[in-house]
Amino acid sequence: MNVFQFIAQNHSEVLELTLEHLWMVGISTLLAVMVGIPLGILITRCPALDKPVLGSANIIQTIPSLALFGFLLPVPWIGARADRLAILALTLYALLPLIRNTYAGIKGVDTSVVEAGRGMGMTDRQLLFQVQLPLALGVIIAGVRVAAVISVGLATIAAAIGAGGLGEYIFRGLAMVNNQLILAGAIPAAALALLADVSLGWLEKRLGTKTVTVS
Amino acid sequence: MSQAAPAQNGPVIEFRDVSYRFAEGSELISDLNLQVQRDETLVLLGRSGSGKTTTLKLINALASPTSGRVYVEGRTTSEWDPIRLRRGIGYVIQEAGLFPHFTVERNIALVPKIENWPADRVRQRVLELLQLVGLDASLASRYPRELSGGQRQRVGVARALAADPPILLMDEPFGALDPITRAELQREFLALQKRLAKTVVFVTHDLREALLLGTRIALMEAGKLVAALPPQQFVECSNPIVKQYLDAFGSCPPTNGNRGPG
Repeated sequence: MNVFQFIAQNHSEVLELTLEHLWMVGISTLLAVMVGIPLGILITRCPALDKPVLGSANIIQTIPSLALFGFLLPVPWIGARADRLAILALTLYALLPLIRNTYAGIKGVDTSVVEAGRGMGMTDRQLLFQVQLPLALGVIIAGVRVAAVISVGLATIAAAIGAGGLGEYIFRGLAMVNNQLILAGAIPAAALALLADVSLGWLEKRLGTKTVTVS
Repeated sequence: MSQAAPAQNGPVIEFRDVSYRFAEGSELISDLNLQVQRDETLVLLGRSGSGKTTTLKLINALASPTSGRVYVEGRTTSEWDPIRLRRGIGYVIQEAGLFPHFTVERNIALVPKIENWPADRVRQRVLELLQLVGLDASLASRYPRELSGGQRQRVGVARALAADPPILLMDEPFGALDPITRAELQREFLALQKRLAKTVVFVTHDLREALLLGTRIALMEAGKLVAALPPQQFVECSNPIVKQYLDAFGSCPPTNGNRGPG
């Protein structure tokens, strides 16, 4: 029996695990966007915070994922359910590309444009929302794209702590030395990663061409 | 406050013992004393790094003096709310500094919009300004990248004039243009200035431009004011640094003649 026959036969289970996977990736990316973009904006406003914040996000990124799941296990409420724990860990991993790209995108806006805006009497808020964020949007979406693709891959590890997702098949396959089973998890996961990459890449291009081509 | 503020009918802009130092301590501007009278075009002339751009930024509070005071309309720049101060001062910079994601219309309408003018009045004003700077109304919906350098600079001037500010600061506005377009814009600037009578502070390193446009030329060298004289007296000045600058440009270029302020 090849892997595609397996997937066809177990389509409802594959679908369920894929949806679980998407749920974890979607929620964690959303949370990371909600935390990471404001943090990225904040550190362009308070330069004293940029190194500590980017440094912390960098350190989180270096923690091996299995170890991070382990660290979070004793945390109250979070550690009580595997999916909560997995979502928090994935959120933490997704923070770095979001903070970094938001920061770099805003800092990368042509200084003469920013200076002109300030010189015309725009308030900091007007400058941020009318000039800096629109011009940084392409770079920020690129950060979301990187974060989402990383999350799809990392979410397979979440099965190790019982959070479900396509990693279930991979771990089961490893335990049973069954390549078909491993592929039944890996192929849909790879397809999800590609899908996230292509769709967000399209969005990045669409928003980027209008805003980032600084003449 | 130990010193009395200048009277309303006094200079529009005044520098009193102004120094500006970078955070690490090197001095960019030292002991600058300078007055700008109503409706005159004062040209700040000097080589790169002489402190002319910073002098300009001290006027609209993009930089604040390390010591001394800068008065605008009788109030020091630290007394002014910086947002209010800047909205009363037009600002034109090299390469125009236009917002690349805004159309020409939105660029020009920037200050009227943030000042909450009604939409039809904003639209009216944009059309007026396009005509004033010699641009076709059909360009209103274009993006800056779709314009030539000269057109962009015209939009930059229109944007600075949008809310009809009494003061205009221009930082090498024609510096990046080809000689023919530059000459064209310089001529138009003179005509415009005759009509609108703004108080203008104009930064350039080009002596010819200074002599052509200025009613007074202030030469700066290494953060110090060397001389501030009308063009005719400037070319006859015996100061060695002025002479050096004049010599660098060779034969005596045409001057703005006796065009007085007002």
